[in-house]
Amino acid sequence: MAVVTPAAPAATEEDKELLISGSEAVAESLTLADIDVVTAYPIRPYDTVMQAIAKKISGGQLVAEYIVAEGEHSQFEIVKHASTVGARVFCGSSGVGWMYAMECLVVTPPLRVPMVALVGNRALDDPGAFGVEHNDALVVRDVGWLLCWIDTSQEALDTTLIAYRVAEDRRVFLPLAISADGAFLTHSQALTMVPPKSKVDRFLPRYDRGDLLLHPDNPITVAPQANEDWVIEIRRQNNEAMARAVTVIEEAYADFRRVFGRGPENPWFEEYMTDDADVILVGMGTISLPIKVAIRELRAKGKKVGLVRLRWFRPFPTEKLVAALSKAKALGIIDRDYSFGSPFGSGVVANEIRAALYNADRRPPLLSFICGLGGREVTLEDVYKAVDLCTAAAAAGKSDAKTHWLGVRE
Amino acid sequence: MAETTTFSNATQILEPFRGVKRVTIEEYFTSGHRTCQGCESALVMKLMVKASGPRTIVLGSTGCMYVANTTYYTTPWVVPWMHTQLGSSGSAALGTAAGLKALMKKGKMKSEPINVIAFCGDGGGADMGLGAISATLTHKEYNSLILLYDNESYANTDIQLSGMTPYGANTTFSPPGKVKRLIHTRWKKNMAGMLAAGHPECRYVATVCASYAVEMMNKVRRALTIGGPTFIHSLDPCPKGWDYDPMLSHELGELAIETGIFPLYEVEDGQVKYYGKTKAIVEGRPRKPVREYLLKQGRFAHFIEEDLAYFQAKVDEMWEKWEIPAVVPFRRLDATKAALSAK
Repeated sequence: MAVVTPAAPAATEEDKELLISGSEAVAESLTLADIDVVTAYPIRPYDTVMQAIAKKISGGQLVAEYIVAEGEHSQFEIVKHASTVGARVFCGSSGVGWMYAMECLVVTPPLRVPMVALVGNRALDDPGAFGVEHNDALVVRDVGWLLCWIDTSQEALDTTLIAYRVAEDRRVFLPLAISADGAFLTHSQALTMVPPKSKVDRFLPRYDRGDLLLHPDNPITVAPQANEDWVIEIRRQNNEAMARAVTVIEEAYADFRRVFGRGPENPWFEEYMTDDADVILVGMGTISLPIKVAIRELRAKGKKVGLVRLRWFRPFPTEKLVAALSKAKALGIIDRDYSFGSPFGSGVVANEIRAALYNADRRPPLLSFICGLGGREVTLEDVYKAVDLCTAAAAAGKSDAKTHWLGVRE
Repeated sequence: MAETTTFSNATQILEPFRGVKRVTIEEYFTSGHRTCQGCESALVMKLMVKASGPRTIVLGSTGCMYVANTTYYTTPWVVPWMHTQLGSSGSAALGTAAGLKALMKKGKMKSEPINVIAFCGDGGGADMGLGAISATLTHKEYNSLILLYDNESYANTDIQLSGMTPYGANTTFSPPGKVKRLIHTRWKKNMAGMLAAGHPECRYVATVCASYAVEMMNKVRRALTIGGPTFIHSLDPCPKGWDYDPMLSHELGELAIETGIFPLYEVEDGQVKYYGKTKAIVEGRPRKPVREYLLKQGRFAHFIEEDLAYFQAKVDEMWEKWEIPAVVPFRRLDATKAALSAK
């Protein structure tokens, strides 16, 4: 009997299509990125990514040190230190778990550790709530984390690869948190194109810590007592790295499109039917789904409404966003977060956009909305109500200085 | 992605120094620090890295040995050194060891045994960082040493009491007053015994005192050679926090051992071995009265006879009642039965 030797499978450049959740999509990218150290600790909903990675490791697709920590504080400290000796690392959390790690989160940017983390957005207990709110990830907005929000499993996969490319760029060297709405994205499956390793290798270089490597061959002292003699200079270096991230992000998305043949031309935000829109709504994450459906319904009735779905919150795309928004007759900012006692009692995104527009030549009336807290479903009626208020403000040429809570019992 | 076959989990083989004249001359903790006169913990740092040698990474959690040691541009560390958060010595050791292991296993870094040492003070280690240290001591596949330098207070922040401050001591959080003579009435944690008893796969736990420098260094070398996570508890007299003349640091270290307050022992693969003057006590040499140690320190100046008697009785109990004297505070079962039947 002739021995038939099966031919080695030809190296394929083809993507494969899988039905996977947002968390599983991130785990596919972590495997493709060949991460070295990953730390897990259970909290819903982000922890599905750690379950997916554990399967990748036990199944042999990924070789990495997989450490189940005894709390989020250690979880983030362990990968912080692994990164300083040159390991590509991954971590993540949700809600109060992310808060438990807060001390470690604030020291990571000044240490210039390019950790990538997944925040499965979750309400801050108490009272107990598994559902999405964006306040968890937003707490790091001032301390040097790059922050972005994603909407689909495909975007989860693509953004994870882009995240390592951006964070590990020597011009940046800052940690990066990818925010995914709990349940709506972390647990929801969609068809997702998974690229071959060969393509990823063309896009994502090795992590090289260079002269910041902690190793006996490079005996440096890291994070000494600097005090008033040096801290302000170090803060400014952080700020400059964040500013440089703008260019690095644009380069990364352009290169991503070249290698993978997909991805947005504008990294910063998605524009949906905004070209001729009188009213533009702004939101982050999976809230885009009910808004887009509502927009299609409203367009069928002749109402010119559009959506800007913000992807990147840090660095904040001030100029581009102002250019896109200032052409509208009214803006409706929909926050899935809160900021008690803030100007106008608005959510975080609304007040960021107010600040961004302050020096703009043209400032449309801006209405602030809070909805969907604790994972409450955002309904078409919620969106219609927001659009009605915005339409009235557009006609009046001014907005009320208050914040509207949608879909809430009065 | 197969794991490379060249990687091994080997440690450096660090043979014990046979006497002070055989100790290597190279220093890896040198000038540049600004610790207090008579600071025993600075000596511990120096001896610790002298023992470990140059192929070592040191992680230091917040405390005196961070703040006083590493003023920007004047680091005393010749080996690579990095700060870690107050409660993170365990996580720092684990993360550093895991990073090195991953990179060596995957062929991304030259494979060689690199010592990983994380140190913590008593506040960072026995209070805030206990959970992380405990976790690290269960990760037997990562080689590291956690060294707790115990000066018995939060000495860097103004001498506040910690879970390791001795009974009754005067600290800025426990000042004696007219109504309350003693604010701090908790007995000190039994760190080394607790960690040895609680982590059956941790192969090496030891207590040391830099008053016995060569033995102290040899315990460090043993901890780094044996493999897996290890723990050393060092008692460090502190002139500022304990309120005594700086010239007495060495003598107070000796007295802590001779009075039996701080026992010197190592637990290797579950076997308890007393050493030095503690071994002599176990073999019958009388312990010195605790008052000889306590009354040399200003932090106990407010003690009256009743306090001294209480302190002495508690130390006597460690030696006379504990199942493994001064190491494990369990009582024998028959003694428990006797106590029950007496009722």
